Amino acid sequence: MEFVYSLLLLGAVALVAGIILTIAAKFMAVPVDPNQIKVRECLPGANCGACGFAGCDDYAGAVAADPSVPVNACVPGGAAVAEAIAAALGREAGDEADPLVARVACRGTCDKKKKVSAYTGFRSCKMAAQTTKAGNACQFGCIGFGDCVAACKFGAMDIIDGVAVVNRSKCVGCGACANACPQNLITIAKASSRVFVGCSSEDKGADTRKVCEAGCIACGKCVKTCKFDAISIVDNHAVIDPEKCKNCGMCAKECPMHIIQVVPRNFTK
Amino acid sequence: MTEMVTILLAAILTNNFVLVQFLGICPFLGVSKKLDSAFGMSCAVIFVMLLATAATWPIQQLLDNFGLGYMQTIVFILVIASLVQLVEIALKKYIPALHKSLGVFLPLITTNCAVLGVCVMNIDEAYGFGQSMINSLGAGLGFMLAMIIFAGVRQRTENNNYLQCFKGIPATLIAASIVSLSFMGFSGVIEGIFG
Repeated sequence: MEFVYSLLLLGAVALVAGIILTIAAKFMAVPVDPNQIKVRECLPGANCGACGFAGCDDYAGAVAADPSVPVNACVPGGAAVAEAIAAALGREAGDEADPLVARVACRGTCDKKKKVSAYTGFRSCKMAAQTTKAGNACQFGCIGFGDCVAACKFGAMDIIDGVAVVNRSKCVGCGACANACPQNLITIAKASSRVFVGCSSEDKGADTRKVCEAGCIACGKCVKTCKFDAISIVDNHAVIDPEKCKNCGMCAKECPMHIIQVVPRNFTK
Repeated sequence: MTEMVTILLAAILTNNFVLVQFLGICPFLGVSKKLDSAFGMSCAVIFVMLLATAATWPIQQLLDNFGLGYMQTIVFILVIASLVQLVEIALKKYIPALHKSLGVFLPLITTNCAVLGVCVMNIDEAYGFGQSMINSLGAGLGFMLAMIIFAGVRQRTENNNYLQCFKGIPATLIAASIVSLSFMGFSGVIEGIFG
């Protein structure tokens, strides 16, 4: 009959613990807005902060409490989540938040960029950027140690052949990579603008040509080619105004350095 | 006094829970990716270890009185799990800020083997209540030390280029074994100083 004692003991401990927990849950309950729970269930839960709030819980609370907070602020969720939240709260979904994607203004892969020194320090872009730029001759290009890869919560950034590349099918445009890049190479733009310049060197054309085979030499061919006046040369590299750009891609065909990138249409999400 | 210092240092270094006794490997591998989450997790572990020891040590005396010492493990699991739940509820109500920083980790360690391990070990070593608390504090600090060291090691390994087949878990496990090997160097140190 020895085992009865152990059963009794365990039952008693469980009962006491259960009663205490029930009482505690009853008396120390924190009232939560039921709407907040409903909204939270609609959200993807990546806590990326792209909505401008500190994580999904925070955004859910804000939307539930304040009608002026838009229901479509969740960038990763897109239209589907906006509709779900609107349905949960009985509000209008409004326009879909424009899908945003990150893009990297450097195409200096290992075979194209010139190295002037060896770098054996800590493999962090932030640290390399303060010293020798990891031995890159170009002071403006991608260092390639992947601070952006570490910052990305969606696995959308990769270092391929020494340069950061965005996987547009995974990118949600939260901007974590842009904040992490010490070279300020990453910008967040609407996915609908598909043409962008893959270089941000501020060196003069002749100097850029010496240090990288994929650098903008500010020749201005794209400026002349563009029929919509969307391109200008700023700080010795071409800059495309997304408002004016019609995504025709003529500039990319003319570019002698092949650094203007055109994302295929079916990649625009 | 010397005895207390010996227990504390032994729990941190020579008998490090993670790297020498291989308890609590799950959070050690799971939450050591980033330094700040490793630190948060370690704080939660220290807190729960102290709390669990304070609760389970008297319970063990009770069990021994009734001759039910063999029920130790299962009773401890039950008590620790409900205790942590209770603490979580209380924190949520009274200290929301602390709940926000510890909250994610608390449910993760309710039935962690390191927490249970330290409680059982206190009993096995026949420590008094004060000694048990010191041992638990040391175990928690040792856990924190291991987590912080390993978070640093991991950041460095992840930033390096090595064979694709080692990427991820294999490299992490190899790194863990090497860090663990380094802690073997502490064996005998405490006895050498205080013994």
